[in-house]
Amino acid sequence: MSLLTPDSGLLFWMIVSFGIVFAILSKYGFPVIIKAVEQRKAYIDNSLETARQANEQLANIQAEGARILAEAKEKQNAILKEAFAEKEQIIDEAHRKAAAETRLQVEEATRRIREEKEKAIREVRSEIADLSIAIAEKVMKEKISRDKEQQQIIDRLLDEVSFCKS
Amino acid sequence: MNNIKNNKLIWTVLLMWLCFLAPAHAESQKEGIDVQDIVFSHIQDAYTWHITEWNGKEIAISLPVLVKSEERGWDMFLSHHLHHGKVHHNYYIASEGKHAGKVVEKNSRGEEVRPIDLSLTKNVCGLFLSCGILLFVVLRTARWYKKHPNQVPRGFTGLMEMIISYIQDGVIKESVGKDEYKPYSSYLLTVFFFILINNLIGIIPVFPGGANITGNIAVTAVLAGCTFIAVNLFATKEYWKDIFWPKAPIYLKLPLPIMPFVEFFGVFTKPFALMIRLFANIMAGHTIILALTSLIFITVSMGLLVNFGMTIVSVLFCVFMNCVELFVACLQAYIFTLLSANYIGMARIKE
Repeated sequence: MSLLTPDSGLLFWMIVSFGIVFAILSKYGFPVIIKAVEQRKAYIDNSLETARQANEQLANIQAEGARILAEAKEKQNAILKEAFAEKEQIIDEAHRKAAAETRLQVEEATRRIREEKEKAIREVRSEIADLSIAIAEKVMKEKISRDKEQQQIIDRLLDEVSFCKS
Repeated sequence: MNNIKNNKLIWTVLLMWLCFLAPAHAESQKEGIDVQDIVFSHIQDAYTWHITEWNGKEIAISLPVLVKSEERGWDMFLSHHLHHGKVHHNYYIASEGKHAGKVVEKNSRGEEVRPIDLSLTKNVCGLFLSCGILLFVVLRTARWYKKHPNQVPRGFTGLMEMIISYIQDGVIKESVGKDEYKPYSSYLLTVFFFILINNLIGIIPVFPGGANITGNIAVTAVLAGCTFIAVNLFATKEYWKDIFWPKAPIYLKLPLPIMPFVEFFGVFTKPFALMIRLFANIMAGHTIILALTSLIFITVSMGLLVNFGMTIVSVLFCVFMNCVELFVACLQAYIFTLLSANYIGMARIKE
């Protein structure tokens, strides 16, 4: 049956054309395509890996940022606290200083007043003594001289008078 | 998008089938239909590419006949010189005998002998055409990849990539083995696409298609021969050891080498089976479709009603068979590749 006997002409042309097709395709066809597909696969894998790493880094950076932020906040709090304490302290100190100053001033004033008063009293006393003596002199010029006992009596009397007054 | 593609597919199939009916219609005008003749003339090779018949005139492409006579050397002429039993340069197409349907010559002793015939017959032209299409398709895909590095293709290139990846990963890598598939992958992919394209073009019934290429034993013989070479030329020592000294009980090997003989025989039966499988599948499919179409013209003489009924039946069956053929076209290409890859894988075994 002629269906089952290969025809030599077709056989020849088939070998030639299949050979040429195979030669061309195995050089410029399939290896190029397969290589390109594999390259693309590698490229995609690489890209995914890079993206994953970038993501990881980003997450790291975010965590870092959050950490830094928390740290900063803490620092800020501490500084604020410190500042507050310092303020308090300064105010306290100022208060204290002011109080001390005031007290000192008051003391000084009182001292001065007392001194002045004593001085005044002394002056007044001496003045009075002088006056009294003068008066007494004048009174007693004629009768009595001014001796010691009389002076003492006068002083005592003056003391009594002045203490009663002050 | 899917719908559009589906529609396109349906239209393609419909168009194919319509075109298929057209040349068949011309034959209905002849008196008395010889179904066997119709079927065989469509399945077998021819020196002219018959397209159709129009108003009693045959429309055909005259193909070059290239012959070398033992006595007169090379000769080349167009095949219409031999049409209808004409004799040209002492060559004619034998109508009967051993070389029926082939170009023969009368030698000086008056005997009918067959010259060396390298004519560009219908099948050869169809073969060239499909080789051209195959080269164009694959090289275009390859060029796309060169132009667009690291991009994902769409459309036809995407389809090609899908098929190539499937064959590469699902068939070649699996069957040949992960370490050794590289030198064979080009061959197996070429075989796959070569068979696929020839099968698909064979289904198209109008002019550029219709040549029954993969349904011709010469074509499948060359393909199977290539696989035979690929398997046995690069086989490992272990493969040959398994053939000539297989792991079988000693009495099957020593006095009478039964098992070695069976194994050795298997070396040839495997590619032979490949050859016959592809050839028979495609040829049978074409035969069935042609026979079903002929049913319409056979029943013309049985009255209008019968003819009408049979036409519907025939068309329905033809549609069904064309769908099956479409499936078989892909399946046979796949099987040929898969089995070739398997045989290669078996020949690459190591201890």
